[in-house]
Amino acid sequence: MDSLWSSIEPLLDGVSTPGRYVGGELGARSPVHDPGRVSWLLVYPDTYEIGLPNQGLQILYELLNERPDSLAERAYAPWVDMEAALRGAGLPLFSLENHLPARAFDVIAFNLSAELVYTNVLNLIDLAGMAVRASERAAGDPIVIAGGHCAFNPEPLAEFIDAFAIGDGEEVVGEINETLAAHRGTDERWSDRAAVLRSLAEIEGVYVPSLYEAHFANGRLLGVSPRLPDVPATVSKRTVADLADWPYPRQQLVPLIEVVHDRLNVEVFRGCTRGCRFCQAGMITRPVRERPAEQVFTMVQSGLERTGYDEVALTSLSTADFSGIEDTVRRIISDPQHGEHVAVSLPSLRVDAFTVGTAAEISRVRRTGLTFAPEGGTWRMRRVINKLIREEDLYGAVDAAFSQGWRRVKLYFLIGLPTERDEDVIGIAVLAKRCVEIGRRYHRSPTVTVSVGGVVPKPQTPFQWHGQDTIGELRRKIDLLRRACRGVRGLTLRWHDPEATAVEGLVSRGDRRVGAVIERVWRAGGTFQEWSERFDLRLWLDALAAEGLCLDDVVHRSRDRDEVLAWDHISAGLHRDFLWSDYQDSLNEAVVEDCRWTPCYDCGACTSGALEHVVASPVPPAGGSQGTGQDLSCGDRVPVRVLGR
Amino acid sequence: MTTTLRFRYAKLGKVRFTSHRDVARMWERALRRSGLPVAWSKGFSPRPLLSFGYALPTGCESVAEYLDVHLAEEEGTPDRPDGEQSETSADEQRPWSPAGCVAALPGRLSPLLPQGVDVLAVGKLGDGVDSLQQAVTSCSWELEVLGVPAEELATRVEDLLDARSAVLRRERNGLQADGDLRPSVRALTVLGAVDDVPGQKVARCRLHAELATQPRGLRVAELVQRLGADLTLVRACRTQQWIERDGIRCDPLAMTGRAEDSFHAPHAEGRAS
Ligand code: SF4
Repeated sequence: MDSLWSSIEPLLDGVSTPGRYVGGELGARSPVHDPGRVSWLLVYPDTYEIGLPNQGLQILYELLNERPDSLAERAYAPWVDMEAALRGAGLPLFSLENHLPARAFDVIAFNLSAELVYTNVLNLIDLAGMAVRASERAAGDPIVIAGGHCAFNPEPLAEFIDAFAIGDGEEVVGEINETLAAHRGTDERWSDRAAVLRSLAEIEGVYVPSLYEAHFANGRLLGVSPRLPDVPATVSKRTVADLADWPYPRQQLVPLIEVVHDRLNVEVFRGCTRGCRFCQAGMITRPVRERPAEQVFTMVQSGLERTGYDEVALTSLSTADFSGIEDTVRRIISDPQHGEHVAVSLPSLRVDAFTVGTAAEISRVRRTGLTFAPEGGTWRMRRVINKLIREEDLYGAVDAAFSQGWRRVKLYFLIGLPTERDEDVIGIAVLAKRCVEIGRRYHRSPTVTVSVGGVVPKPQTPFQWHGQDTIGELRRKIDLLRRACRGVRGLTLRWHDPEATAVEGLVSRGDRRVGAVIERVWRAGGTFQEWSERFDLRLWLDALAAEGLCLDDVVHRSRDRDEVLAWDHISAGLHRDFLWSDYQDSLNEAVVEDCRWTPCYDCGACTSGALEHVVASPVPPAGGSQGTGQDLSCGDRVPVRVLGR
Repeated sequence: MTTTLRFRYAKLGKVRFTSHRDVARMWERALRRSGLPVAWSKGFSPRPLLSFGYALPTGCESVAEYLDVHLAEEEGTPDRPDGEQSETSADEQRPWSPAGCVAALPGRLSPLLPQGVDVLAVGKLGDGVDSLQQAVTSCSWELEVLGVPAEELATRVEDLLDARSAVLRRERNGLQADGDLRPSVRALTVLGAVDDVPGQKVARCRLHAELATQPRGLRVAELVQRLGADLTLVRACRTQQWIERDGIRCDPLAMTGRAEDSFHAPHAEGRAS
């Protein structure tokens, strides 16, 4: 296998950001290929800048390169100009480490973190030099695997992917590798693909779509069932019981060019049981597994020393909920080894004054903007979505932010939520205006930026039955908001394109028939659809029409309890009954507490996997806890000091 | 009094596809890892006080990049400028001291930088030295172009040098403007044909150029464009930066005072890809 570098190099003078294609990151390996090792090409189907920081991919990269029977290299989606240059020169997708052609690898594995990249997945399989449809691939072609959050509804990509890995990848990647190594040892590479796939399907958490048939009648899905008796009817996700066993990545990649989240990232816990009903990430990653504080500290310390970064992000779905977060943060910023210029960032701040206090302490140096996500504009709406931020805590947080030196506050909201009325939408503007007023007490020109996005009722959440708002309805609501926000100095309204939200709904909620739509859009040139300058609704509508499908049926229609959902054969551990009753609770504005600190309500995540929470603190955090252990009867009370004037 | 160190470094091989800004960030991380006490700017978002020279275009190589690093404090001045006491314990732990180990810095920093970025030399700057951006007056380049045989190229070079002016239409920020590039071409010679490239069908030649950076820099790509639309620039390596004062041209490291204050890494030059 020869490096393609000498052919790629001359192309780089003519493309944007050529540093994307050279590799050379600190922490990158240059594995030696030999027949005793299964070779993986780990692919992130978006640009290098977006994909490089992905922690899931980096964890697998290290694990596979540590094993004696495997190795891994990486690839990212070449931008449009580079793709054209490659195709023009007759060159394929290549790896960054050894600049080898993608087809030279035994496995091509995709990370699926966002649904709008699906056309890129097809494009990259094609650029690798293979048939995009799994059924048309030849013996000897690499096995195509995909994993990541989007794999919890694998059906839209079922025709293109040989096998999906559902859930945490740390353990299952090794099992997959052993199975592949056993097959690879005996015959010429993958001479009997069907046999390889049969063996993969025996691994818990692995879904091989070609072994399942989707049945339809009258345009409705009747079910997805195994074609063979020994293939499981339901594939359950994998969960690592204890994060302490997996202190990865140990050698986070430090890129040569600037990427998003360009800093050290240390995952402090996985899973979230706050119970926000729209949040797929929270639902599919239960239970909560905290990393021991001591390990967090060691990973931060060695990471900063190794990389030279001056910023570390403590990552999770809600980092302020980490047991003893203040101690951990204080210990990092007072560690003399890092000097005085290390910044700690806590993505996903909880909305209360207490949390802002912690944020103030750690961002001594750069105090620019602070972001909160109340998600719902009224207390009623926040009960519906179970994001139990009381008015009092919300304004307290904003007050704390402005009084402690921040001048910009950013607020995230969802629209298109179940039971939403116009007054809930306008409530967003009311709330934002009050935040501007609070800001004026401390600064001459405070800014409040409101970002609204249409909700995509995601698979494996209580909202999975809910019909997504149409493009027109979302536009109408955005217009309502625009009118309500007009003329308020310091208030900026931003919104996510409702057309892109509709397509996101299509590829998130669709069944196997949507695969043909994705293929048509890709064939019509629709790559990089998550980039607004490349997104094209027309391509999607044309493809839908050609396949006899429509957005109304797949995306906007509410399902009833018994309708088969495209992802019913994939289990995130959550009982379907639990999800349904939580949905009903939602419609009745009934709330649930966080089971990390209160009794279990048997959602299934722990009970079906014999797991439990790994949480150091038995009580909810002091000073604010988004509902749990709080008096919710006054949740809608706006403090007098906010109203007072 | 503060100390400023001036480094000379190379950028060769694959890393040449990174931008000037990317290289700045590589240096910031490497300096943090080195433990060198770099001074920080004051204010809202403090940055380490580094000043880079004239930007090297993405894709070009160089064996003559320069960087000035301002250090936080000078040996023998225990008080910081703001009156705060420096911590002696930190001083003792400090992995280098200005007097002893400046010479060792190239060898210590190179492994902390990505492959292809090699520190070649370092010197201590005297007081009142102009920043690199202000001081550098011209740069020498070695270029390789594809397209015409050496004799033809030599004729074009002669024509350009003989001309009193050489107008080039430039487009910047969507605006077109004509500029005379002739005054910026200090020297231009064809070094010869390159014929050791396997599989090569088109004539390839090597050139040497010295291009002024002031009052307005001339880009190597612009020079090649002016030499002919049929030429492709395939390699460009900056070989020297010059500071000209009173008709005397010297290396930016010559500004570092006494000769024994600057130290060259013995064998770091050469192609690193
Ligand atoms: S099974 Fe119980 S404790 Fe575990 S996440 Fe679900 S509700 Fe919480």
